[in-house]
Amino acid sequence: MDSISKALLLKELNAVVPSEILLDTDEAMRPFECDGLSVYRKLPLLVALPEDTEQIRKILVTCHRLGVPVVTRGAGTGLSGGALPIESGLLLVLTRLDRILHIDPLNRTARVQPGVRNLAVSEAVAVHGLYYAPDPSSQIACSIGGNVAENSGGVHCLKYGLTVHNVMEVRLLTIEGEELVLGGEALDAPGFDLLALLNGSEGMLGVITEVLLRLLPLPETARIALAGFASIEAAAATVGAIIGAGIVPAGLEMMDRLSVEAVEAFNSPGYPRDAEAVLLCELDGGEAEVAEQMESVRHILETHGATSITVSASEAERLRLWQGRKNAFPAVGRSRPDYYSMDGTIPRRELPRVLAQISDASGRYGLPVANVFHAGDGNLHPLILYDANREGELDLAEKLGAEILTMCIEAGGTVTGEHGVGMEKIDSMCEQFDAAELEQFHALKNAFDPDGLLNPGKAVPTLHRCAELGAMHVHGGKLPFPDIPRF
Amino acid sequence: MNQQDSIVARIATAIEERSPLAVHGGSSKSFYGYPAQGEPLDVSGHCGVVEYDPGELVITCRTGSRLADIRSILAEQGQHLPFEPPAFGEHATIGGTVACGFSGPRRAWSGSLRDFLLGVKLVNGNGKVVRYGGQVMKNVAGYDISRLVAGSMGTLGVLLEVSFKVLPMPARELTLSFECDQAESIRRSNSWSGQALPLSGASWWQGRLQLRLSGAESEVGRAAEMLRPDSQYEDPLAWEDLREHRSEFFRGTSKLWRLSLPPAADPIDLDGDCLVDWGGAQRWYRSPLPADEIRERAAHAGGHATLFRGDSGKARFHPLPPTLERMQRRIKRAFDPHGLFNPFRMSRDW
Repeated sequence: MDSISKALLLKELNAVVPSEILLDTDEAMRPFECDGLSVYRKLPLLVALPEDTEQIRKILVTCHRLGVPVVTRGAGTGLSGGALPIESGLLLVLTRLDRILHIDPLNRTARVQPGVRNLAVSEAVAVHGLYYAPDPSSQIACSIGGNVAENSGGVHCLKYGLTVHNVMEVRLLTIEGEELVLGGEALDAPGFDLLALLNGSEGMLGVITEVLLRLLPLPETARIALAGFASIEAAAATVGAIIGAGIVPAGLEMMDRLSVEAVEAFNSPGYPRDAEAVLLCELDGGEAEVAEQMESVRHILETHGATSITVSASEAERLRLWQGRKNAFPAVGRSRPDYYSMDGTIPRRELPRVLAQISDASGRYGLPVANVFHAGDGNLHPLILYDANREGELDLAEKLGAEILTMCIEAGGTVTGEHGVGMEKIDSMCEQFDAAELEQFHALKNAFDPDGLLNPGKAVPTLHRCAELGAMHVHGGKLPFPDIPRF
Repeated sequence: MNQQDSIVARIATAIEERSPLAVHGGSSKSFYGYPAQGEPLDVSGHCGVVEYDPGELVITCRTGSRLADIRSILAEQGQHLPFEPPAFGEHATIGGTVACGFSGPRRAWSGSLRDFLLGVKLVNGNGKVVRYGGQVMKNVAGYDISRLVAGSMGTLGVLLEVSFKVLPMPARELTLSFECDQAESIRRSNSWSGQALPLSGASWWQGRLQLRLSGAESEVGRAAEMLRPDSQYEDPLAWEDLREHRSEFFRGTSKLWRLSLPPAADPIDLDGDCLVDWGGAQRWYRSPLPADEIRERAAHAGGHATLFRGDSGKARFHPLPPTLERMQRRIKRAFDPHGLFNPFRMSRDW
């Protein structure tokens, strides 16, 4: 279908929703031109800021009838361009649906609208001794709808899981405006597990209008150990040893020398500057249990060559020690005008090898790479430092990024652990999945959105795109997608 | 020809001839859902561990592997499948375990089977071998097809391999027993679930709440002291019997209903015996009441009812709203366009 004009779409939408919720001037739409991946910017045809589910439904029905693409956006903190507008489409912004509808302390659930901020949930339920476990580093700003769309993680995933493990029910509107209730207040629901499917579906299958979150009791106590190591290998081996000893830390994070130097220069959290790598290991639970396990962790750190060990003695010290890790991105970002954050995941045992490869590639490209990662889950966040104002550096950074993702795939991992594919990693998907696998993704998408109107061009590449890309990147003389016609 | 190749070849023939397949492993759960239709395809020969590195907390195995074997391989390393899947028979396979999606007594605190499923390799209805997810804890590349497959009763594809996240076994387990009525047991179980306590089971039957604690020695001891039970003992077999439906309540052959409810929902009287599991979130009933009435009462309480065993020929699963039912069919078609895998096993209509 040919794309329709802004004037026509505006007229059709004005007939069904209040005109105040529609933005149509470039000036008014400018704040929505990108998400957290700001290298990609586009203005949509229109921005809609609905205030309730009924308005969303009317907008979807109208867009569906007119064949207008719809991109859904929450707080816009996503790091993969998943909420990047489409020039011929509508941007559906759900930040005004920001109410916590119901808290049920005995069933340990909170029913929220998609625009509710992640941290606001934990703040609202703290009075009941409960909290919402997934804690992406943007939790002060990011919203629950986006968390579900991206299946967001955080620093406590190893023990408490991702968003998919902490969501009980999602209310979804299809592009046709039909409501689907997936999951429920019980722990399971009849039929296929569409609730699991929705988590991480990047706005491709429907629009989330309400979410029932699972809440957990606040742990009695938490303590953190910070250890320095003379090599990345030694730190990585220690990660395996802690887990191998039967300990499941609440958080297990690693940073390399470049990241440590950056955070020390930023807010001096007291990390060992002479270490090649630092490990942060947080334990939570009952006082006695944490004390018992912390002794084991200390012993493992000592026997695995830790050059320094600090264990938090108070809550204030625990928070201070976290400050370095939590500010790693902005701290590293200060040393160069721009940074590009990657998000590959690999089996933990591959950490030393992949980090050596990254360091080698960093040298070849002449761009520094700082490594911050969720070591417990093998989730890497290499930060590629560059200067977008220097001719060609962004391009170089993106090429280096793609090369790092290829390393992750070759190590048996994935191109994205928690940031999503979005616009950013769409080409890397061609490497991770073959044609039959991509076709299956498209068939599934087609079941929800036969006209392909929801977030088109994101998350899953077309076979055509992969074939064209394959023509450019031939690996080992083997042409990917040999069966696809090339145009 | 290896096992995988012969399964793929068998499926290719079925596609060519448009002849449906009744896919099965150990057939230990054939009582569940509707009877299989089609030519039997036994995948239990496709077995063995593909990869298991305890330090990674991940195991990958072929789907014909016996659940009992996988449990012992993990136990040798002090690890387990935390969702405690029931086997319902010694021949139960990992593939069947995933297809049925059942989880045991620990589920309400540990998470369910699909929560621990990291990746699958399967043959889809176009005869293609496809892989989703993988061996890593975090993976958001593409739709989460692995978890969608959990509980789909073999209707979306023929599973070849699965990867699970595994965890260390708890250092100590202790059962606490309390005399109380059902309402009180539900209130206590849920109130305690909202506190920082190492719960891993809460089951009530005939005036007795049994609570299982799992964790570090010190933590279990502290919790037991705080909760002041009527008695406490170590009884791993009792929890295994509950998991496998071998305990006294499950003896007999009359209809067995499973109600999945918001955990703190008030007790529902269905004119028969009731066993509460998962702290109230899963309740088993022997009830003479008509199916419609049972379903209505479960739905009214915010849940759903499944006819788990007995009374063959009757509707097994809770009916879905029409919009959701339509979506199920579309998804089935997206994976199995010719309707060849386990037709009518999960639904009386497809």
